Amino acid sequence: MDKTTTKPSSLSDVAAAKQKKVPGGQSLGVGLEARGVHAWFSGKHVLDNISLDFWSGTVTALIGPSGCGKSTFIRTLNRMHEFIPGAQMAGEVLLDGKDIYESGTDVTKIRLKIGMVFQKPNPFPSMTIAENVLSGLKLAELKTSNKDELLEDCLERAGLWSEVKDRLNAHGGSLSGGQQQRLCIARSLAVKPQVLLMDEPCSALDPGSTLKIEETINHLSSSMTIIIVTHNMQQAARVSDYTAFFLSDGGPGSMIEVGPTSEIFSRPRDTRTENYVTGRFG
Amino acid sequence: MSTLIAPPQPRKPWVATPKQRLSSVGIYLASALVSYLLVAVTPMKGKLAYFAIFFFASLIIDFVRSYMQRGIASAKDAVARGFVSVGMTLAVFPIFSILFQVVKRGYKGLSFGLFTHDMSLTSPSDPIANGGLIHAISGTFILVAIALIVAMPIGILTAIYLTEIRGKFAKPIKFLVQAMSGVPSIVAGLFILSAYVYPVTGALSGFAGSLALMILMIPTIARTSEEVLLLIPPDLREAGVALGGTQWRTVALVVVPAAKSGLVTALILGIARVAGETAPLVLLTGGGEKVNSNPFSGPMGSLPMYIWKCFGQGSEQSIARAWTGILVLLVIVLALFTMARFLSERKVSK
Repeated sequence: MDKTTTKPSSLSDVAAAKQKKVPGGQSLGVGLEARGVHAWFSGKHVLDNISLDFWSGTVTALIGPSGCGKSTFIRTLNRMHEFIPGAQMAGEVLLDGKDIYESGTDVTKIRLKIGMVFQKPNPFPSMTIAENVLSGLKLAELKTSNKDELLEDCLERAGLWSEVKDRLNAHGGSLSGGQQQRLCIARSLAVKPQVLLMDEPCSALDPGSTLKIEETINHLSSSMTIIIVTHNMQQAARVSDYTAFFLSDGGPGSMIEVGPTSEIFSRPRDTRTENYVTGRFG
Repeated sequence: MSTLIAPPQPRKPWVATPKQRLSSVGIYLASALVSYLLVAVTPMKGKLAYFAIFFFASLIIDFVRSYMQRGIASAKDAVARGFVSVGMTLAVFPIFSILFQVVKRGYKGLSFGLFTHDMSLTSPSDPIANGGLIHAISGTFILVAIALIVAMPIGILTAIYLTEIRGKFAKPIKFLVQAMSGVPSIVAGLFILSAYVYPVTGALSGFAGSLALMILMIPTIARTSEEVLLLIPPDLREAGVALGGTQWRTVALVVVPAAKSGLVTALILGIARVAGETAPLVLLTGGGEKVNSNPFSGPMGSLPMYIWKCFGQGSEQSIARAWTGILVLLVIVLALFTMARFLSERKVSK
């Protein structure tokens, strides 16, 4: 009933909050825009008409119960969606105003600009810690003037440098789960993405490692757009500037509400959002 | 009070007590007695009768004991255990008996001369110390090496097509590869004979033999490599692509290195598959008695061919030579399998 009445909050709300948040009204502009994104798996409609803007220099959290399409949505943002057999989509995803699905777009360039951290830490097993961080350069055939500097910089920004600087030639698999995940973050940073997608990056980690990753996210958010899927509402409240609530009522998942994180958690407009963030369902 | 508490002694409460062990020994003794008595009083005779009666007697006694102690479920468990042990014995027995025979009959011929002499100056009835099988060993290595050089890229690339590209033809190709691994080796030999030897060279050569081995090797390498590549978690492929790699760069830099030790195992299994092939080599290589390092002209010896020839010559000495040849071939194949196991286990422990 209120699905039609409560429109997802508009870009202007988001922008206003962002202006408030950034001192001096300094705006980095819209980094990534999703316009009417739908998704299907083998003909089954799983994601319904998502329009959402992600502002540069902000962290957006996508929350909602399992199966509501959060992960599917995040995977449409860097064209990982198309790896699943039977996947289809509709709509546009604009990066700097250009549709990443436009025919003739070099998809590998898109993924260079929109990096991704996965749910399970997946460092490359055949490579050392240093090789893992720099693997993106090799994979995308990029050149860099100073590898050592880049290596230190990425590990530093991922909050891992002090822990691994003495064993850069050890295998990635020798690190703990939380360290592996930060290694994966460092790996994503090495190719200098504008946007970083994180699909439940802490769901396989202990609270200590989770905290470290959240600190990493806070550090990174000043220089890039971060979009994080999480089941942990405290985490969403801690790390994100904006929160979008997704829900599926058995049909395709849709976005119920989006807004500044403080508002979503303090005075959500939709009762379903309120029920979810207060833990009454989901 | 606290001073009275003794520190806990480490022990294994789940291990059988001496009494339980004694009752197990009792079962076997009783079964042995039953089988002895039954063979003595009934017309059943021979080792097989002893074995069969011993098996069923111990099964029944164990069943009854387990049932009385712990009920029907435990009794069924005991029966299953009995059948599994016998199945294992039946499977392992021939392997050990073959090994035993080969070592027993073959070790006499072992000498250093085997690895320095060929058979060009030796006649079948010469003493066993004369001659050697360097021509056969070198021939086998050359034949297998040529086959490997060609079959390795084809096999691994086929596996990559099946697991990574997964194109339209993946299903029929997978089916074909499976069917090809069942091709009898003589068919591969006849195919090369009619498609290469008769129309092209007109003469037998080592290379023709290698071509036939190649046909047999490709499916083994492709299937094993496919299994290995399927074990690589899809996460790694996604991570590679998400970093801006093309599919080829991801496969070459991430997937194949991650599967490296498994792929080496696949190659070694491919080698082991063809090292003992006889039929196509008998048809194609000509089986010379001299060391021939040129695979494109002249007959080339090989270990299986040497064995086959020596048995055919029929003299006491040549049959002894054949057994020694089998022993050497077995040791080579066994060494390869051990290497494969070693390499694949290292992968698991990582």
